[in-house]
Amino acid sequence: MLPRSPGLKPWAYQAVNKPSSLTDLFWSFTLLALQGFGGVLAVVQRELVDKKQWLTREQFIEDWAVAQILPGPNVVNLSLMIGDRYFGLRGAMAALAGMLVFPLLVVLLLAAVFAGVADSPATQGALRGMGAVAAGLIAATGLKLVTALKKNVMGALVCWALAAITFVAIALLRFPLAWVLLVVGGMACAWAYRQLGRITP
Amino acid sequence: MSLHLTASDWLGFFTHFATLSLLAVGGAITTAPDMHRYLVGDKLWLTDAQFTSSIALAQAAPGPNVLFVALMGWNVGMNAGGYGHALLGVAVAMLGILLPSTTLTFVAARWGHQNRELQVVRAFKQGMAPIVIALLIATGWILASAHGSKLSNWPLWLLTAVTTVVVWRTKTHLLWLLGAGAVLGALGLV
Repeated sequence: MLPRSPGLKPWAYQAVNKPSSLTDLFWSFTLLALQGFGGVLAVVQRELVDKKQWLTREQFIEDWAVAQILPGPNVVNLSLMIGDRYFGLRGAMAALAGMLVFPLLVVLLLAAVFAGVADSPATQGALRGMGAVAAGLIAATGLKLVTALKKNVMGALVCWALAAITFVAIALLRFPLAWVLLVVGGMACAWAYRQLGRITP
Repeated sequence: MSLHLTASDWLGFFTHFATLSLLAVGGAITTAPDMHRYLVGDKLWLTDAQFTSSIALAQAAPGPNVLFVALMGWNVGMNAGGYGHALLGVAVAMLGILLPSTTLTFVAARWGHQNRELQVVRAFKQGMAPIVIALLIATGWILASAHGSKLSNWPLWLLTAVTTVVVWRTKTHLLWLLGAGAVLGALGLV
């Protein structure tokens, strides 16, 4: 039997809103996906956490950690988990379908109709400009989530150190993601496990 | 380019992508090198140009980046005989890359949610939080680094930096920012 962590309440894990129906879930994810040029994650955070408030920042980070560590496209995993949380398997399917169906039609239409346009200098320039914006969107998403670390059981100093090590290893030294997750993530989880055990009920 | 793909070829395509699905930690794009080896190098089902343009087009289009896999299936099918085959290719490639990983995620996430009071589950979520946040910022950095050196491409870096601050500190709609980036790029200003 695995030990249960003492003294933990469902703190800060009560989201304000939730999707009203499977249809709401499907169309919300469709709209998210269709706004996501160069990555959908920034839009998911902005729409579902900041605006609709289906998830708290803490929940979003936790789900994203799971979506990231498991194989497969991360935002697809994330949509599946959010859908499941509210409506079970049917919710997972609705969210997944929302994330994929219309964007798939759009991309196939583009492939069929505009195959030649992709090489023009103006298109290349536009893609470059959108790429630069997309980079900023992702970085800003990370910065916005920093506030969620305040309640972290590991304490601010350890959190900052882990974040700094991860950034240097991935962004500057370009170590493989799997190794960073295994080594830095493993140490972090071990430390968090120890700290959780020290909380008295 | 015209090909003949047998039923066992399609099955091989499916099982290869289904295997990659379970190896795709960090997203489907991390397995792109192996897809290239299989589709372009071994099987000769795609040309180099078709492979590259599948990735480029999917990144330009809205939606999850995994759709580049659908375009690969589409192009293999077009090479094998037209629109009917192309749709089959999309189905084979997408089901292959998604079915194993989404099934695993569904089961694992559900287990984690049902056992969220366990100390080991809490430790995983608390421990991973700062790492996940740093990974997002690092991803932004890596995408920006694709611009090339900071000195000669300073307008692109500036655009990324300005976007970061605007999104972080204001509620400006993201599509306005993407549109501005597209216009600046198309005019050759960045």
